[in-house]
Amino acid sequence: MYAFDIERPATVAEAAAALGNEDAQALGGGQTLIPTLKQRLASPEKLVSLTGVAEMQGITSNGGTLTIGGAVTHADVAGDGSYKALSELASNIGDPAVRNRGTIGGSLANNDPSACYPAAALASGATIVTNTREIAADDYFVGLFETALDEGEIITAVKFPIPQKANYQKFLQPASRFALVGVFVAVTADGVRVAVTGASNEGVHRWTAAEDALSANFSADALDGLSVSADDLIADLHGSAEYRAHLVAVMTKRAVAAAS
Amino acid sequence: MTKVSMTINGKQVSGDVEGRTLLASFLREDQRLTGTHIGCDTSQCGACVVHVDGKAVKSCTMFAIEADGAQVATIEGQAAEDGTLNAIQAAFQEHHGLQCGFCTPGMVMSAAALLKENPKPSASEVREYLEGNICRCTGYHNIVKSIMAASGQDVSAIAAE
Amino acid sequence: MPKDGGIGAPTRRREDVRFLTGTGQYSDDMNVYGQTVAVFARSTVANGVIKSIDTSAAAAMPGVLAVFTGEDFVDVGGNPAGWLINSRDGEPMKEPKRPVLAHGKVRHVGDAYAAVIAETTEQAKDAVEAIEVDIEELPAVVNMKDALSSTNYVHDEIGTNQCFDWGWIEDNRAATDAAIKGAHHVTTLELVNNRLVPNAMEPRCSMAQYNRANDEYTLHTTSQNPHLTRLLISAFVLGIPENKLTVIAPDVGGGFGSKIYHYGEEALVLAAAKKIGRPVKWTSDRTEAFLTDAHGRDHVTTIELALDAEGKFLAFRTETMANVGAYLSNFSTATPTFLHGTLMAGNYTVPNVYVNVKAVFTNTAPVDAYRGAGRPEATFSLERVIDKAAREIGMDPIELRRKNFIKPDQYPFASAAGLEYDSGNYDALMDQMEKVADVAGFEARRKASEKNGKLRGFGVNAYIEACGIAPSNLVGVLGSRVGLYDAATVRVNATGNLSVMVGAHSHGQGHETAFPQVVAEMLGIDPQSIDIVHGDTSKIPFGMGTYGSRSLAVCGSAVVRATEKIINKAKKIAAHMLEASDGDIELTDGVFSVAGTDKSVTFGEVALKAYIPHEFPLEDIEPGLEETAFYDPANFTYPSGAYCCEVEVDPDTGKVSVERMTAVDDFGNVINPMIVTGQVHGGLGQGIGQALLENTTYDENGQLLSASYMDYVMPRADDLPFYTVDHSQGNACTHNPLGVKGCGEAGAIGSPPTVVNAVIDALQSGGKNVTHIDMPMTPHRVWSAMQNA
Repeated sequence: MYAFDIERPATVAEAAAALGNEDAQALGGGQTLIPTLKQRLASPEKLVSLTGVAEMQGITSNGGTLTIGGAVTHADVAGDGSYKALSELASNIGDPAVRNRGTIGGSLANNDPSACYPAAALASGATIVTNTREIAADDYFVGLFETALDEGEIITAVKFPIPQKANYQKFLQPASRFALVGVFVAVTADGVRVAVTGASNEGVHRWTAAEDALSANFSADALDGLSVSADDLIADLHGSAEYRAHLVAVMTKRAVAAAS
Repeated sequence: MTKVSMTINGKQVSGDVEGRTLLASFLREDQRLTGTHIGCDTSQCGACVVHVDGKAVKSCTMFAIEADGAQVATIEGQAAEDGTLNAIQAAFQEHHGLQCGFCTPGMVMSAAALLKENPKPSASEVREYLEGNICRCTGYHNIVKSIMAASGQDVSAIAAE
Repeated sequence: MPKDGGIGAPTRRREDVRFLTGTGQYSDDMNVYGQTVAVFARSTVANGVIKSIDTSAAAAMPGVLAVFTGEDFVDVGGNPAGWLINSRDGEPMKEPKRPVLAHGKVRHVGDAYAAVIAETTEQAKDAVEAIEVDIEELPAVVNMKDALSSTNYVHDEIGTNQCFDWGWIEDNRAATDAAIKGAHHVTTLELVNNRLVPNAMEPRCSMAQYNRANDEYTLHTTSQNPHLTRLLISAFVLGIPENKLTVIAPDVGGGFGSKIYHYGEEALVLAAAKKIGRPVKWTSDRTEAFLTDAHGRDHVTTIELALDAEGKFLAFRTETMANVGAYLSNFSTATPTFLHGTLMAGNYTVPNVYVNVKAVFTNTAPVDAYRGAGRPEATFSLERVIDKAAREIGMDPIELRRKNFIKPDQYPFASAAGLEYDSGNYDALMDQMEKVADVAGFEARRKASEKNGKLRGFGVNAYIEACGIAPSNLVGVLGSRVGLYDAATVRVNATGNLSVMVGAHSHGQGHETAFPQVVAEMLGIDPQSIDIVHGDTSKIPFGMGTYGSRSLAVCGSAVVRATEKIINKAKKIAAHMLEASDGDIELTDGVFSVAGTDKSVTFGEVALKAYIPHEFPLEDIEPGLEETAFYDPANFTYPSGAYCCEVEVDPDTGKVSVERMTAVDDFGNVINPMIVTGQVHGGLGQGIGQALLENTTYDENGQLLSASYMDYVMPRADDLPFYTVDHSQGNACTHNPLGVKGCGEAGAIGSPPTVVNAVIDALQSGGKNVTHIDMPMTPHRVWSAMQNA
């Protein structure tokens, strides 16, 4: 690692001020950032640790909306249970030690194309709350490791409207334990939303054809004959684009069947 | 350099660290607690698992500064003062849950965290919990058996020696 | 009788206590005063010409003490190949020099061309980044078939990418060809034995100290065989006299073959320690381990099996390309030849075997012995083609194997591949396997799986391996440049406890527990009074270390011989003490007595007398009680086994799960059944990993795509089942004093074909006409095979 200082602010305001310096970088749980730093692929002068910011802790449920602080760990989301599909998703991220450090804000800010949380946020129609604004999930995920966040902007919380029914199916990339393909299906008041992670070179995205079919008839059979194009899907040593396209359909069916 | 203080295995310690100093390095190099091992660079192998404030973490993926003020438990603090092995350590020895010993500290610390959350885990719950701990020697059979035995379950039905 | 178990007792391991309490001492756990750090500059391209290296800026960086390049080592030797293979035409193999640091050319990603010594790791890394190097990238040679026809050479000076073209046994070739030509049925299979990265959990680490006062070096290093490492450094690489170099392999966190070999990093830290006058430590990170540890397997094979109308095997003919990577590692050339071709008759009475192996240089990491080393490749080829043949001729795969097994009354059996098997009973192993695996219940379990939408398959396999490597006279004739004996010194201390110095090295195998069981049994004393000393060339006799399932069969035999000498001398001392003749002295439960009398002395009293030799008959007996034995076996040992497994395949995703895995092995006599079972477990885990998960992948540019645990699929606890392991069917080895055969590699040899056979069975049961899938059988590959079936 290159040398850097670490600041540990206690408030969002202090954190934002510390991140004002353009060579500063936010540090959530560090489960992705620290391995990156070890490879000397990043050279921040300062890391601003968000884990000590009290305002970014805590999970609250209010009128069908679950608000999760940006610095809440995967383990805490897993243990919450008030949004079952989301807790199940969190309980399958990485491994137990990673879940005790990794945070929802860190995951969403990183927007790894194979991460799990982006699928939940997008399918649930979540709202990403930052120190300066609120961003709808549909506007938030821009592309591979790209989000709508500005430089220095901090995810302070994520608001999840709890769907009527939801489920996440993850087909493991067996080495990294990220999703080779992950599909989150949510039945909301405005219809069914289906978000796919792990599959696309563009990152997390919605599968609108499946949403239409499922909004008309929420059953796995409604997906018969539907398929996604392999164009622009990720191909790597773990699976071809065609295989991923196939898995998207399989995982979507399974998520529909398991949704509760 | 920043001064950090923490309690390791019940003992108050402090030291000067850089921002980039990992908790694992602080334990191994500054505190000479070399039972915590480093087996990879990507936070996968789990040889470095310790407890920070009662939770299992990968000490190679956490900065020492972030453990300032924390309660840290490592493999060196698991046995009693007189050297008597704790229930998990004793079960690993009894059921041959280790061979080369390199992954063992992380396995024992993960097992301790598991049994705190789930005092009587099933075999598949143990296997799932060990997702972040890689062993190359044992094929995991005896590790799973050891942890189940440490939880007080009868493991005699799991293939004998 | 020993107080807590001699031979045959499942004694709990004494070494566990230090490993369980964090007090083991692995190489990287040691820091010494004045220690500095080495970091290597490694090639990021697979093939390139080093046009220039400018280290001046790096040398001026803070904390930097020295910078080395290949230029600094042009006058020293290279890391040699330990086994000479001659091609079919009699030409010796090609042996390009393997330098300490790359010079002139880099030949694989990770090939080190410079090293920085600095006060801290981060300072050294900073300086590595400041080295100005101009490497002209050349096209990479990656694919073996292309390499053989290419004029783009990994080593320009040898003018070919073929290391050798070996035939075994050349005199059998014509008869084998004829048998295949005239056969009733011939089954052909093309297969890949996938490249694996050993991945001992402890990365390699080497720390060198130089003492100017007496010109002595000490190297702490992660080695399976410290004497061999010292010999290679002294005799071939740096020329440091052996008596001036101590090599210590302390606690070592697994090896699986990868820590047999001498690596350039060891030579570099030794040279650097002398140059800067301070200790120098290098610790590999995991990425370096992926790029530079010797890999395993990597064969591409076509095998043919000829059968008569009754299903009797007439011939096996094999053509293999074996990847040796960019440089010859120490046993690269032995692994695909004498550890592979000689096993190509398997457990069978087949009369004709011919094997052709072409070893190929490529711009990839060196390939050498990895758990099983050649024997897994042989078993995989044989047991896959036999399974395919059984399907083609419509015979039960177990029946086909039994029809061709060597029978118990045929030992010693001269195999068609040139070995003399000493003992075995393959039908008995198969019987036991069918029983403990409840093979009869499989169809019911298959139906249950089908109800859950899964395809269930059953796979079986029989294997034999040659272990206890091995008789020096034989291997010498076959081209080995080293002897393969081992050694032990038994030192009885004056107070009656023992230090046993052994040439074998324990890095997970439990020698510290198992070897005392042997000595305790022989002497009738408490095993806790016996300590094993290993891993330090200044303390132990010259032994060849641990690999090839040899520790107990070879070094354990040396321990027996040395202990016999101790008993003989102790009897003389006892005879003197008891005023009797040595011939009348009996040793029982640690007490020497005069036959037919009540006169006796204890082992401890004899030990004390040996060191306080008052009134000693010095003309007949020297003082002291310490004996050394070197043991060179008469033959390999031949463990064998019958394995089966049941898998479930998810037809929607192609994902395979191993539901049941049974290993029934003949290891001869067993010293500590707990340890033996653990060794089999580990081998099964690695074998299932090879079959389903482990996916070493180089792209066409020679970049290793699976260079971390983010992409290389290590088996985890939730990828593997519980195993059923049985070694009740042992037939003692006939030529070593313990009757032991070796158990370290069996699991890794027997399991891969078993798993593949089961997956094929599952797919066929689902109506998919799939006859082969290459390993690792990832979900993607299995799904693709189903799509194309």
